Amino acid sequence: MIYSEYLFPNDMHIYWSLMIVTYPFITGLIAGAFIASALFHVFGLEELKPISRFALMVSLAFMVCATLPLLFHLGHPERALNVVITPHWHSAMAGFGFIYSFYLVVLTLEIWLSYWEEIVAYSKTSASGVKRLFWKTVALGVDETSGEIRQANRRAIYILGLIGIPSACTLHGYVGFIFGSLKSNPWWSTPLMPQVFLLSAIVSGLALLIVMYIALSSKGYLTWSFECLRTLCFYLWLSMLFYMISEGLEILFFFYESSDAWFVISTLLSTKLWVSFVLIQVGIGIVVPFTLLSIMIFVRNNQGAYTTMAVIAAATALFEVWMMRWNIVIGGQQFSKSYVGFRSYHPEWLDQEGILTTMGLTLLPFLLLYLLTRILPMKEAVEDEEPPAEVEPG
Amino acid sequence: MDKKKNRRAFIKSAGRALAGLLMVVAIPKPGRAQRIHEIEIGEDAPDWLDHYWVYLIDTTKCIGCGACVRADKRENSVPPKFFRTWVERYQITEDNHVHVDSPNGGHDGFLPEDLAQLLTSVELETDGSPQGIGRVKKQGRVTKGFFVPKMCNHCRNTPCTQVCPVNASYQSPDGVVLVDKTRCIGCSYCVQACPYGSRYIHPEKHTADKCTWCYHRITKGLLPACVTVCPTGARKFGDLKDQSSEIKKLLSTQRLNVLKPELNTEPFCFYIGLEQSVR
Repeated sequence: MIYSEYLFPNDMHIYWSLMIVTYPFITGLIAGAFIASALFHVFGLEELKPISRFALMVSLAFMVCATLPLLFHLGHPERALNVVITPHWHSAMAGFGFIYSFYLVVLTLEIWLSYWEEIVAYSKTSASGVKRLFWKTVALGVDETSGEIRQANRRAIYILGLIGIPSACTLHGYVGFIFGSLKSNPWWSTPLMPQVFLLSAIVSGLALLIVMYIALSSKGYLTWSFECLRTLCFYLWLSMLFYMISEGLEILFFFYESSDAWFVISTLLSTKLWVSFVLIQVGIGIVVPFTLLSIMIFVRNNQGAYTTMAVIAAATALFEVWMMRWNIVIGGQQFSKSYVGFRSYHPEWLDQEGILTTMGLTLLPFLLLYLLTRILPMKEAVEDEEPPAEVEPG
Repeated sequence: MDKKKNRRAFIKSAGRALAGLLMVVAIPKPGRAQRIHEIEIGEDAPDWLDHYWVYLIDTTKCIGCGACVRADKRENSVPPKFFRTWVERYQITEDNHVHVDSPNGGHDGFLPEDLAQLLTSVELETDGSPQGIGRVKKQGRVTKGFFVPKMCNHCRNTPCTQVCPVNASYQSPDGVVLVDKTRCIGCSYCVQACPYGSRYIHPEKHTADKCTWCYHRITKGLLPACVTVCPTGARKFGDLKDQSSEIKKLLSTQRLNVLKPELNTEPFCFYIGLEQSVR
């Protein structure tokens, strides 16, 4: 049967707007940063030391802002906390508050312990009394930085990193689950969705770190290490590879099963998403960074060329993930539940959920990160070795 | 030492008192809910366990007059451009092209001149591609035409109530899917989850809205507004627990179907004469 175009009368509106595109994008940026830190703290990847603490701060800055797009989106933001106060456990969305809070606590504790020496030092040396009191409170009144404490902290950071990895996977997989578990929407309804969200989150987070690392180390804010960049780029390549496989499998299954879902998806891909998905997301966002990153594996000595390629690859990968969020969230609403009618979405500039708000909310974590770096240093701890043991007089 | 002991004893007893107080406040006593029920609703209020509501639509009887859509709009103050119920017109040509429309949700009916024109020769927006969506126009004689009233299906296995993060969308014990507007946070997750396009976000209240089978009427022994005004009896509503009801008889004797049965939502809005092309 061939249908003429028809939308259900209530399907004229797109409810999940730019804010719901921004929310998983910002949330995703947390992951890569956290994973990079975990690679150092848990798996002992020493090459990532120059960025290990900064990565945690990036995570925190984005984490704090992750829920803001949701508040802008909700019809009743004043009732937002009801999701955690009176949650409905059957809802995938109800778990958000708990998963988010748990992850935030783990992250904050890890930062607290990572900066222990600085915190104690500030509690002693800060010029004003208020500042000293603040840092003393943060240090819980403890002013020790002995080898024993440092070792205990290191162990705690290791454990927190261990807990953090499944927490990160849960948070990002969970965002994918929100979409993937809706049987009403063929473009979303696939068990691969949590995996796609998790992998794309790692891609975006690593890509952001690469761009920031290159920019900040060129100005001397972070310690430059070519090996650090190489390692970050290798993990970006690896996560992109798995991400591409997952996305590709998703489309391949829809195509091969050729069910009712493919009827609507193929039409979507050839009409509404032809430019944004096929040309921009895949054609530019996946092909360009993945090709560059693959070439970069073989570039060993030319640091200048490598760094330039890294910037281009990371920037396009970031763009790809934003486009992926757009194509999933908006694309999934561009057809009616009749499956034979399509609609367009044109965000407003000044709308509550419009373009300016999106830009502001995307830039806000960077502002917060700047403020955080005014309080705590970006660079890795200078002295990371055990204090020399006192030599017994012979 | 004495001072310390006294302090410890004080903290212990204070802790016990606080815990006890919390238990008294937090745990509802038996009968408390019932008392509230009596005070707020009154003893004469209908018991919602006495009924189990069900809806039946006979598509062979619908004439597309739109009276049901108009009645529903009036009864429930449904905002313009949104619909708690609507009527679709299906026209299928001899070469299996399906043309569906629902101008203004069928609110103003379907113009006879349109129908006459469509019955003789129709221009359909199809492109001949495997998906059938496009801009090439084709002509064909309409061999089958019918109307399909639509609304919330009040499913038993409801995707909309399942996803509500605050339980604002729920199913009443008498089988009606409702939205508590005082709890809804307006996240639109239920709108996304409903496969039938039955839900929308109210443009002024910013909460989810949908058909309630006119719950305020049925709990007073009245029929939903749309059923009351249907001139042909295409819309039926009744109580499954009432063994002598017309709907009970129809449900047990007619061949029935539901919308999108493959999704296993278990709709409690049944159809007679539902064509397989209906989306």
